[in-house]
Amino acid sequence: MKKLSIYLMAGPDTPELAAAAVAGGADLLEIGFPFSDPLADGPVIRLAGERALAQGMCTRACLECLAETRARVEVPLIPMTYASILEAYGYERFQTDAQKAGATTLIVADLPIEAAPDLRRVQLVAPTTPSERIRFAAERTEGWLYLVSLTGTTGARREVSEQLAGLVERARGVTDVPLLAGFGISTPEHAAGAAALADGIVVGSRAVEVAHDEGPEALREYVASLRQALDRDAGPPAGPRPLGYGRAYDRAH
Amino acid sequence: MSVEVAKGFYGAYGGRYVPETLVPALDELEQGWNDIKDDPGFRLELEQLQATYVGRPTPLYRAERLGDDRTIYLKREDLCHTGAHKINNAVGQALVARRLGKKRIVAETGAGQHGVASATVCARFGLECVVYMGSEDMERQKPNVERMHLLGAEVRAVEFGTRTLKEATSEAIRDWITNVETTHYMIGSCVGPHPYPELVRELQSVIGREAREQMLAAERRLPDAVVACVGGGSNAIGLFAGFLEDAEVRLVGVEAAGAASLGSGRAGVLHGARSSLLADEDGQIADAHSISAGLDYPGVGPEHAFLRDTGRAEYRAAADDEALAAFHLLAEREGIIPALEPAHALARALDLDAELILVGLSGRGDKDLATVLGR
Repeated sequence: MKKLSIYLMAGPDTPELAAAAVAGGADLLEIGFPFSDPLADGPVIRLAGERALAQGMCTRACLECLAETRARVEVPLIPMTYASILEAYGYERFQTDAQKAGATTLIVADLPIEAAPDLRRVQLVAPTTPSERIRFAAERTEGWLYLVSLTGTTGARREVSEQLAGLVERARGVTDVPLLAGFGISTPEHAAGAAALADGIVVGSRAVEVAHDEGPEALREYVASLRQALDRDAGPPAGPRPLGYGRAYDRAH
Repeated sequence: MSVEVAKGFYGAYGGRYVPETLVPALDELEQGWNDIKDDPGFRLELEQLQATYVGRPTPLYRAERLGDDRTIYLKREDLCHTGAHKINNAVGQALVARRLGKKRIVAETGAGQHGVASATVCARFGLECVVYMGSEDMERQKPNVERMHLLGAEVRAVEFGTRTLKEATSEAIRDWITNVETTHYMIGSCVGPHPYPELVRELQSVIGREAREQMLAAERRLPDAVVACVGGGSNAIGLFAGFLEDAEVRLVGVEAAGAASLGSGRAGVLHGARSSLLADEDGQIADAHSISAGLDYPGVGPEHAFLRDTGRAEYRAAADDEALAAFHLLAEREGIIPALEPAHALARALDLDAELILVGLSGRGDKDLATVLGR
């Protein structure tokens, strides 16, 4: 089965929204810890971050939100944030406290692969990443590799990036870790199209929008529509290895 | 837990904290810059452009009616083509972009001086130019917006967040992420991911090289102190570069009091580099406040943070009112209308405990008339 990861911004409603996303069929959840200057994000997630910060979602509040979410759902939880947050909190301390709060692993959008080698995280690669560097990212990544399917920031697009197929092919040539594709994937058609290439997909901006504008029930339905598209159209996983979630999580389950 | 990446660090500052999409472009830029910087053909072309287009060397002027008991010299970057030191960097980066085969330029601007410099060199080299500018800055630096339009650049208003240089920089970087294969990011200060701080410093170091020679010719000795304003810090690092090895020369950077990233900042990551920033205890970047759009930035170049920590340079602050007073003083005593940014440097130079002082006059004040007259 293809994997479906849903991104939600940390906030007071996140535990309930997370439960709805899982009920709709999400396999993993990424929880955004907001940063004032998110370079990798387009307008939807940037605005969600601004709202979260206005609601007082400082790092400590995000960790509490993570723990409350962990109490509601069983799936892997992955904080996604920026280096400035870890700089201020302390890299090691952040990793420890996030794990205590139920995090499976981490994603840091602006931390280069070679930086902070002891910080276990899911690495990202992009269409511009040379194959040798993809291999390096795969060696350093935890569980799976995040394919940034386009050159650009997060946010819905009309169609799945034409750059994704080439990126998947190059990644398959150098690694057998599972590949999840994100950025610009928002509709069931996109989901099926991207998952036909990769081992799963990540949906962020559209999920954040539905969660914010319409609430948990609409989010559940939206996630279910993606799930259905993955199960119906995308076929069996193309990758040779099952998805690892991260050592901490795998040990616990 | 070690967080350093190998290259591009000044002590604990600098590095490359960017989304992975940009890493290969930074490698390419670094490679292109290393290939070009010692190439005699590039050097010759740059020197010719500096002499015939930018107007270098810029004069060193003794401000006789300004100093009272001090001797104050001004390095007149305000006399550069486009009215500020920003053109030194823009011309050099245009040559780098051409070498890399990039036909499209994105840039950020605060006061509009770097935007104008970018638009100017893009016109000169036939490059497409998109400049991001905060809507608040567009309001307070209108003449520069009009100049950019005349030069054929597209100015994109940034309508969110602080609506100033911080957000303009973020948007320029997002554009670069999106169009990285065709586009060169012409960053305007010695900030950003490696190799930008080094590249911009090298291109601005012409200020310090000239000033050192001119000072020796004029006074037969080095100044006691070299003073420059610091927003991102490019004119200061360029001027300081000429005197870094002269241990007896004090280097004094002057920040806006409401944007003192070095004076009251903490270590953090912004716009691709680790540096000293205005940020809260969670690492969220704080708003800067300054009457001068060019200093209204919560970050600073990593080399300045390093120079502060090592003690080689000292950093002080000037308040809006102090800068305004120095602005008027220079206009009335010397017949020079400075930009509000170097007026900060001037304000601190006037109460510095030193006899022979060199001040970087980084730009002219035409753009600031509305702000000053509106007070």
